[in-house]
Amino acid sequence: MTTTGRRKLLSSVVVGFCAGAVVLALVPLAFVLFFVVSQGIRSVNVSFFTHMPTPVGETGGGMANSIAGTLILSGLAALMAVPVGVISGVYMSEYAGTRFAALVRFAADTLNGVPSIVIGLFAYVVAVLPFRQFSALAGGFALGLMMIPIIARTTEELLLLVPGTMREGALALGATRARAVFSVLLPAALPGIVTGVVLALARIAGETAPLLFTAFNNRFFSTRLNQPISSLTVQVYTYATGPYEDWHRQAWAGALVLVLIVLVCSLLARLATRRLERMHARG
Amino acid sequence: MPKSRSRSDFLFRIGTGTFGVLLVVLVCAIGVVLARQSVLSVQKFGMNFWRTEIWDPVAGEFGALPFIWGTLYSSVLALLIATPIALGIAVFISELCPAVLRQPLVFITELLAAIPSIVYGLWGIFVLVPAVRAVETSLPDAMRQLPLFSGAPLGLGMLSAALILAIMVIPFISSISREVLKSVPAAQREGAYALGATRFEAIRAALFYARTGIVGAVMLGFGRALGETMAVTMVIGNNPKVSVSLFAPQYTMAAVIANEFAEAADDLYLSALVETGLVLFIITLIINSLSRLLIWSMARRATAAQEPGVAAEGAS
Repeated sequence: MTTTGRRKLLSSVVVGFCAGAVVLALVPLAFVLFFVVSQGIRSVNVSFFTHMPTPVGETGGGMANSIAGTLILSGLAALMAVPVGVISGVYMSEYAGTRFAALVRFAADTLNGVPSIVIGLFAYVVAVLPFRQFSALAGGFALGLMMIPIIARTTEELLLLVPGTMREGALALGATRARAVFSVLLPAALPGIVTGVVLALARIAGETAPLLFTAFNNRFFSTRLNQPISSLTVQVYTYATGPYEDWHRQAWAGALVLVLIVLVCSLLARLATRRLERMHARG
Repeated sequence: MPKSRSRSDFLFRIGTGTFGVLLVVLVCAIGVVLARQSVLSVQKFGMNFWRTEIWDPVAGEFGALPFIWGTLYSSVLALLIATPIALGIAVFISELCPAVLRQPLVFITELLAAIPSIVYGLWGIFVLVPAVRAVETSLPDAMRQLPLFSGAPLGLGMLSAALILAIMVIPFISSISREVLKSVPAAQREGAYALGATRFEAIRAALFYARTGIVGAVMLGFGRALGETMAVTMVIGNNPKVSVSLFAPQYTMAAVIANEFAEAADDLYLSALVETGLVLFIITLIINSLSRLLIWSMARRATAAQEPGVAAEGAS
């Protein structure tokens, strides 16, 4: 074979490998989705959302307490992370060139890379140990810590995308910097920031490790913030590692609900981003 | 008027800056708080904590070597599997694929990253582990003699953990590599094609140009793999024994914290677990900072190579 022939063959082999890699990555995704849907669909029904877990041995029942718990924990996390994340994001974009902004950015990226189980340990020492009590607040604190860097970085990036002429216009009209940010720049970036918050919520709603020894778990329906609270993820973990067939069914159903949450949020975010892009393209 | 305006700007800077300080303080606080809680264990065991293999909470003996071994071994194995696949995906999406397919493929790989760890774990227990067990039992006896494949074919063990970790880090490595490849100046590829390069040779030129950033992407994947908790805990078998065997049930740092922390009754036990977490924190901190440095320096070089005035966004 000529050299050229060999080079062309090698090239096709590599191109083939790359296409193969894509297929190879799709296989586990398809498998996971297939099993979660086919196994989960058998146990997801109305009572799954409205009923409490039944005692071992009794079939039926649902995860109403865990679903409520996940909502409460995510809400607490957002309550803490949205203000902190947005304002530190504003700082990073407004003073983008400064050395301290670079340090804040580094801190945000570092916080984002801290393993979730370590976040859990930290939250345990700070928010559980002093009160000798697992609590929903401690769980929300742990999840909030994970949410802050995501929101901060999203806010920063989106503010930097807002056209400079808008800021200059505001300043030329005599607005202070704070006025320019809060009345002009943030509203312009708001749809994107909301999208970022939705994505961050989807991510932390699926977290288990930070909740294991902060929010812990609760067999009962609880909305008390100073008490342990159940969550979908921790409950799925308990059911999945337990010995009972019926528990496994419930675990699959919980997993299906979790995947649906993630899927719906990412699809919504994607649609919103596309809409934003089109708006920007139109000018 | 100008005076009050500069005053307002100053207050704005201080006000928003406070939240920035908060972020920095939080990161430092994690290190300090964990270090303070692990004093007990550090004083009692010193460096022996990381050199000994016995983990016996009842007897008060804590040696964390099996955990650090399990964490590193599973993560390295996962990267060996994930890196070629992730790079293949990145190259396909950024260099080869038709424009219509690009967005859907990006979305699908993002989805792979978005599925919660606990769902992977559940799937791992009930689908992957039995499949791995079937493969393990069908392995010919001659191969079973090798240390790499010794031990009972349980399914639960290092191989399952490495596979599930690989699936979970592929999207991270591929999306960062894609960003990095995007920042390679078009002139690099055009130059290669102008010299008569085949597709592969042009891709190789782009990959070579982007090598620093790609190493950074792989290291970022490594950082993710080290800290991954739930899915690994559910399939690795949770047995604190150092072994090179892929079939052996082993343990990781994150997994031992997840499994034992809530039940750890005495102070020394808690302290030993917190020390494990502290070291995990430090390792991931170093790996992540290094990888970000690599990606950043690559992005800067690419920006400098482009015509002046064209600001390329850094891959972060």
